[in-house]
Amino acid sequence: MAENQVRSGWPLYEVFLRGKRGLNHVHVGSLHAADPEMALHHARDLYTRRNEGVSIWVVAATDITASSPDEKDPFFAPSGDKVYRHPTFYEIPDDVPHM
Amino acid sequence: MTALPDEMTGDLAAHFDETLGRGRRIEPRDWMPDAYRATMIRQIAQHAHSEIIGMQPEGNWITRAPSLRRKAILIAKVQDEAGHGMYLYSAAETLGADRADLTDKLLRGRQKYSSIFNYPTLTYADVGVIGWLVDGAAICNQVPLCRSSYGPYSRAMVRICKEESFHQRQGYELLLTMMRGTAGQRAMVQDATNRFWWPSLMMFGPPDDQSPNTAQSMAWGIKRHTNDELRQRFVDMTVPQAGKLGVTLPDPGLTWNAERRHYDFGAVDWDEFMAVVKGNGPCNAQRVARRQAAHDEGAWVREAASAHAAKRGGSGGSSPPEPALQAARKDAA
Repeated sequence: MAENQVRSGWPLYEVFLRGKRGLNHVHVGSLHAADPEMALHHARDLYTRRNEGVSIWVVAATDITASSPDEKDPFFAPSGDKVYRHPTFYEIPDDVPHM
Repeated sequence: MTALPDEMTGDLAAHFDETLGRGRRIEPRDWMPDAYRATMIRQIAQHAHSEIIGMQPEGNWITRAPSLRRKAILIAKVQDEAGHGMYLYSAAETLGADRADLTDKLLRGRQKYSSIFNYPTLTYADVGVIGWLVDGAAICNQVPLCRSSYGPYSRAMVRICKEESFHQRQGYELLLTMMRGTAGQRAMVQDATNRFWWPSLMMFGPPDDQSPNTAQSMAWGIKRHTNDELRQRFVDMTVPQAGKLGVTLPDPGLTWNAERRHYDFGAVDWDEFMAVVKGNGPCNAQRVARRQAAHDEGAWVREAASAHAAKRGGSGGSSPPEPALQAARKDAA
């Protein structure tokens, strides 16, 4: 990782776009830049050539802490056995209105 | 990556196979076989290099576009190619590849780009024919890659395919306009078609019986159709478009086969293809030299940006720009 950063010269930034008002920012990709301001400008040129965004976040990739993507990861186990957190867990007679 | 005991690798491999089997995507931090990673890096890098080198044949005509409208369109298209290259380098980096290292490999000829970009663009009709045939063939190749098993690559391909549609349509529209023009303009369109037809068919790669990696790539979900299937699809799509345009495709063997319900077509000159792949096409040396020059001429911009970032307390100034490329230049000198 450290060696990669030296060879690439500029740090890697992850780019998040808000497609339009009312939506969350969504990850769209990454780019290299000398500083965060340059990363924003590059992100505009690279990821919003066709009005894909009204707001951009750039985050240094090294500042992101991530869970393991593996679905079997026990990290997510605490929510696996709590079916009672879902509305479908509860049986309500059909003739109860507005529920 | 450190070596794991065999039984652990076995578990991981089974999980990898199961993920593929269920049609799910492989994501960057998932375990994957080394060969899958290496193949993916090679495929994405070659694709990225093609986009970057692909700016040159058309960029050649920006200063001589016949109208402001055509010039604006062409600039937008070439800018898109740069963007596609960047999406793809970004995807390759998620596999642990290093961007400067990939560029270095391109400049040293250790990684390839599509052979089509080693042909020259002689007239403005070539800009139209590249949009119609070359981008048309690229779309044929790329639409199935939107379902590639590697997540970041498939997501990049979705973005790219959306944008390629504009590329193909602007090319075809340009040709329609020329075909409504003078006899000389119609002759230019025919000439460009003659020169680009066969190289476009070569873009799908060697015939299936000479493509040893196809079976493994299909098993891994990084290739969805064989080279010959895609080539046939492209021919079938293009013949009626040529008819509508009023040009003749330069293949006397091109006939509708009612039994197969496909067009039959003549034999591709695979010797020519291999010669171009090996570096002996009309423009190979020129393309790589131009890429190197563009990088060299941009050095002061990168240095200035790093200095500016350092002055403002950013992290950009701490490391020299792309040492791998500097090494490459020293070797070449």
